Amino acid sequence: MPKNFKANITENILLNEHFRLLNLSPLSDIIVPEPGQFYMLRTGDTYDPLLKRPFSIFRHEDNTLKFLYRIRGKGTLSLSNLKSGDIIDVIGPLGNSYSAPEGDFIAIAGGIGIASLLPLLRRFKKRAYLFYGARNKDELIMLNEARSLSKEIFITTDDGSEGEKGLITDSLSDFLNPSRITHYALPIYACGPTPMLKELSKVVAEYPSSLLPLNKGRMGGVKCYVSLEEHMACGVGACLGCVVKTVSGYKRVCKEGPVFDIEEIVWE
Amino acid sequence: MGIEKPEDRSQKSVTPPNPPLGKGGHGGGNLSVNIASLKLKNPVMTASGTFGYGEEYSEFFDLNRLGAVVVKGLSITPRQGNPTPRIVETPAGMLNAIGLQNIGVRAFIKEKLPFLRQFRTPVIVNFFGDRIDEYIQAAEELSNADGVHAIEMNISCPNKQAGWIVFGTDPKIMEQVVTAVRKTTNLPLIVKLSPNVTDIGLMAKVAENSGADAVSLINTITGMVVDVKRRRPVLANNTGGLSGPAVRPIAVRMVWEVYKAVKIPIIGMGGIMNASDALEFLIAGARAVAVGTANFVNPTATIEIIEGMERFLKEEGLSDINEIIGSLKIGS
Ligand SMILES: Cc1cc2nc3c(=O)[nH]c(=O)nc-3n(C[C@H](O)[C@H](O)[C@H](O)COP(=O)(O)OP(=O)(O)OC[C@H]3O[C@@H](n4cnc5c(N)ncnc54)[C@H](O)[C@@H]3O)c2cc1C
Ligand SMILES: Cc1cc2nc3c(=O)[nH]c(=O)nc-3n(C[C@H](O)[C@H](O)[C@H](O)COP(=O)(O)O)c2cc1C
Ligand code: FES
Repeated sequence: MPKNFKANITENILLNEHFRLLNLSPLSDIIVPEPGQFYMLRTGDTYDPLLKRPFSIFRHEDNTLKFLYRIRGKGTLSLSNLKSGDIIDVIGPLGNSYSAPEGDFIAIAGGIGIASLLPLLRRFKKRAYLFYGARNKDELIMLNEARSLSKEIFITTDDGSEGEKGLITDSLSDFLNPSRITHYALPIYACGPTPMLKELSKVVAEYPSSLLPLNKGRMGGVKCYVSLEEHMACGVGACLGCVVKTVSGYKRVCKEGPVFDIEEIVWE
Repeated sequence: MGIEKPEDRSQKSVTPPNPPLGKGGHGGGNLSVNIASLKLKNPVMTASGTFGYGEEYSEFFDLNRLGAVVVKGLSITPRQGNPTPRIVETPAGMLNAIGLQNIGVRAFIKEKLPFLRQFRTPVIVNFFGDRIDEYIQAAEELSNADGVHAIEMNISCPNKQAGWIVFGTDPKIMEQVVTAVRKTTNLPLIVKLSPNVTDIGLMAKVAENSGADAVSLINTITGMVVDVKRRRPVLANNTGGLSGPAVRPIAVRMVWEVYKAVKIPIIGMGGIMNASDALEFLIAGARAVAVGTANFVNPTATIEIIEGMERFLKEEGLSDINEIIGSLKIGS
């Protein structure tokens, strides 16, 4: 069950031009978040921006909630102007979480999507084949931590300034190549921009379960879970603003999600 | 010049104030108000579509504290709603084009009403249709359900049988649909007015003459946001309804106009964020208020508004909230 609470900002650190790390010390008891869950944060105390913004839990330790965010527009800019000692309104933890992988797994992070996946990598240390893609070297935020938590890391950038030049989904395709059969029975967890997830759905669709001798009874091919982003107003399931089209109708990203089985999603 | 207001506002004096119920009525002054035969322990309700069917926000506070719960608009058959994006933030507000997604009257009665029946708070069910017979059918089934205390007609939707003219923007169409629903229900009937009209006082008068027990206003104001790079509307539905603090001055003005035009009680809403905002509506003539977008910003906004009203009564040395309803002073 989520809580509505106030928190003291202990740090709002500039990591580089685009990213910040926000540390919050809640002023009342909280519920421990699970990897993949998110919080709605009020980004200031004026009516513009008005609505809270959703952010994945990046880390929870010593009763501090940590968020990694990218400055994108009005709300995140306003958030970046808050100082330590400021009090902010918070709701959470919200939404579902990543289901625990049984053994090794594949994690796919596009840009800031790493924020949502790192708690999973931290909980299951050295069990992830991490595919981490970003526009360029500077945008591969938290790369060292990501590397140290992974079993193996595959990096791609749009401009080739770090790792392979190209799409993360292409390097995943190579990895899933049927000749490396042990790899493609692994569950996949992905978080990133919608175009990346859509591309991922195509890659995953190429591996139907009929090709899977090691499939352990899983249906419909490689099991792939994606964390989706939608514009949110309430974050708690009341407004129906954040829905995504699924094979069984519209579902609320904030409530039934943000993590969905990729096969459920109807990509538009 | 003083406002000319009709004399018959007897509802507020015929029924003695309710004894305060639970924590909500605590603090001395009386907050209870009556909307037709409906007694509310305080004048604060939730606005339709911003509070689901009550479940989500019950995790944050006790629904018993509310004056009433107004649920998401229902139609006789379920609706899947509009494609996304459905919402976009605007300065001090937001546009929504949810497309009236809902589970349908029957599923509501079966699956959601039992939850709401646990509370001592009246349940007001918002409903709509795209034909008059759909309104009638929805009203009929809701009137027979145990635990529905009043119904609120959303007439801000297009009429399929009349070239998709919005029911609530054409006095004739509005008269037809309200008259038809009035005949099918004995529950208090609230007509929710659209602000997208030239003369809202006139529309309120039509609702009153057609048998409405109360009117609520405002529904959202139609707006559009353009993505300049893509040169497309941001919302998949192109346009959406504006709500939030940005609309409040318009809503207060409209409540005042309606107060001058009709005798039936008014439920005021539009951009209420705190007690002071809510009081503006009461002073302008609303008997009760509904809180919408503010729930998104602050899940306990309604409770803070109730507490703020109690404080206001105390500070002003008033014993009854009804004393301030319609107390707006105009001129010298
Ligand atoms: C469940 C969830 C978890 C998230 N976790 C994080 C996180 O850990 N770190 C982080 O930096 N960001 C995260 N985001 C994204 C973050 O919420 C948005 O970047 C933020 O709301 C943008 O607000 P803004 O006012 O700065 O930008 P706006 O001015 O609102 O928008 C700037 C641009 O971003 C787009 N945009 C805005 N909100 C969203 C959204 N919710 N989904 C997709 N596009 C959007 C707009 O269309 C616009 O192009 C998450 C989103 C969701 C739904
Ligand atoms: C997301 C959302 C959904 C809404 N859905 C409905 C609805 O189903 N029926 C209705 O009559 N009004 C609906 N409304 C309008 C509100 O009930 C209210 O009239 C309006 O938002 C103004 O109040 P506010 O500024 O406090 O939100 C909706 C508003 C929002 C923001
Ligand atoms: S953001 Fe309101 S239902 Fe998801």
